[in-house]
Amino acid sequence: MPNLVKMTIDGAEVNVQAGATVAAAILITRSGFRRSVQGELRGPVCGMGICFECRATVDGQPQLRTCQRLCENGMVVNTDE
Amino acid sequence: MTAGTYDCIVVGTGIVGAACAASFAKDGIRVALIDCLGAGLLATAAGMGHIVVMDDSPAQFLLTRYSQKLWLSLADNLPPTAEFRNCGTLWVAADNEERSEIERKHALYKDHDVPTRILSRSELAVLEPELRPELEGALLVQSDAVLYAPIAAQCLTQAAVAKGAHIFDGEVISIGQGTVTLRDGRIIQSQRIVNAAGERSPELTPGIPVKKRKGHLAITDRYPGFLNHQIVELGYLKSAHSVSLDSVAFNVQPRLTGQVLIGSSRQFDTTSEVDHAILGRMLARAVEYMPGLASCSIIRTWTGHRAATPDKLPLIGPWPGDETIFLATGHEGLGITTSLGTAELLSAYFNGHTTEIPIEPYLPARLGEVVHA
Repeated sequence: MPNLVKMTIDGAEVNVQAGATVAAAILITRSGFRRSVQGELRGPVCGMGICFECRATVDGQPQLRTCQRLCENGMVVNTDE
Repeated sequence: MTAGTYDCIVVGTGIVGAACAASFAKDGIRVALIDCLGAGLLATAAGMGHIVVMDDSPAQFLLTRYSQKLWLSLADNLPPTAEFRNCGTLWVAADNEERSEIERKHALYKDHDVPTRILSRSELAVLEPELRPELEGALLVQSDAVLYAPIAAQCLTQAAVAKGAHIFDGEVISIGQGTVTLRDGRIIQSQRIVNAAGERSPELTPGIPVKKRKGHLAITDRYPGFLNHQIVELGYLKSAHSVSLDSVAFNVQPRLTGQVLIGSSRQFDTTSEVDHAILGRMLARAVEYMPGLASCSIIRTWTGHRAATPDKLPLIGPWPGDETIFLATGHEGLGITTSLGTAELLSAYFNGHTTEIPIEPYLPARLGEVVHA
């Protein structure tokens, strides 16, 4: 049984495997990430911090690249602020 | 093209050229507008788009105030894409010396019917909570605004065309003696040629006292609500306006997208590459005033050149070196603001009308002996 961390993504409590990136956690709990200026859904394209498409608000800090962050217990993530 | 078709040819398609074409056409002057050297928008695209009243000198105050009133009356006709926003300017004081500058500015602006409000430290903290708390208050100039200058320039060009102005698709390579020569060999003649080519204007009219003054800007990702006013440090007056040294000043602007535009730097440097040393100083200065900026992402940095004159006033009017050449250049960091006033002054000069403010302080002849190239 892998270690799990408990976090909140867009108001929903989720348990994800320790060591997962926040981007991965969002992917398994939601259908999309932020929306573009034109309202299109975005998602992680490169997964390595280059494309900036996976940005979300993590613990109140907006516009962070979630593919560059590991999940932590108690983390609060909002994808569309 | 025959001589006499145009009463005036405006060279330069930035905001000053566009404003000139719009004013001239409105006032019944048959005008042609042509790009200079394929240069495009230059500082109009690179700058901040701050419509601001400034008071480095009485003449600067008159021109910026006059121009700002023209912008406010034009604002309702601008499309949403011009992003005109009456956000006001906050001049923030970092020490007691700058605090007394607030009082001086307040009194001067009041004398000229520009409404301002003096804010205490705590009032400032409520308006702009991201500013560092130890500031000594601020002066709020409510009538100042921001806009997206490339679209504003486009609107002015369209207004000119609607009143009969002719836009030439071509590049001017030389002007003088009533003749404008295009790169493709065409020649257009007029007894009035307006050089509105900004930083490129000395290339067309050698000897005019305009030097390139480089500036850097950075823009952040979207952080809606982070910033509500254009904020400028009053130290700007001490550092940024010294005419010789490289300098940086805290100057931030809220964009409608929630992005924060961060300035400013001043260097006499003709290169256009980003200079990381001065960019670093500029950003460090911004973080000193707004510590939260340190955790914002910057998505783009760039440079532009201001067309600077020795006395920090633009050159508007006849050029003593050639009776067919008129200048509308040298606006340094205030070209977006003063474009409209410049255009009205020059149009009235051509038509022999009087204007709300005199043209004399801006006449190129004020700078004395012409240096012929």
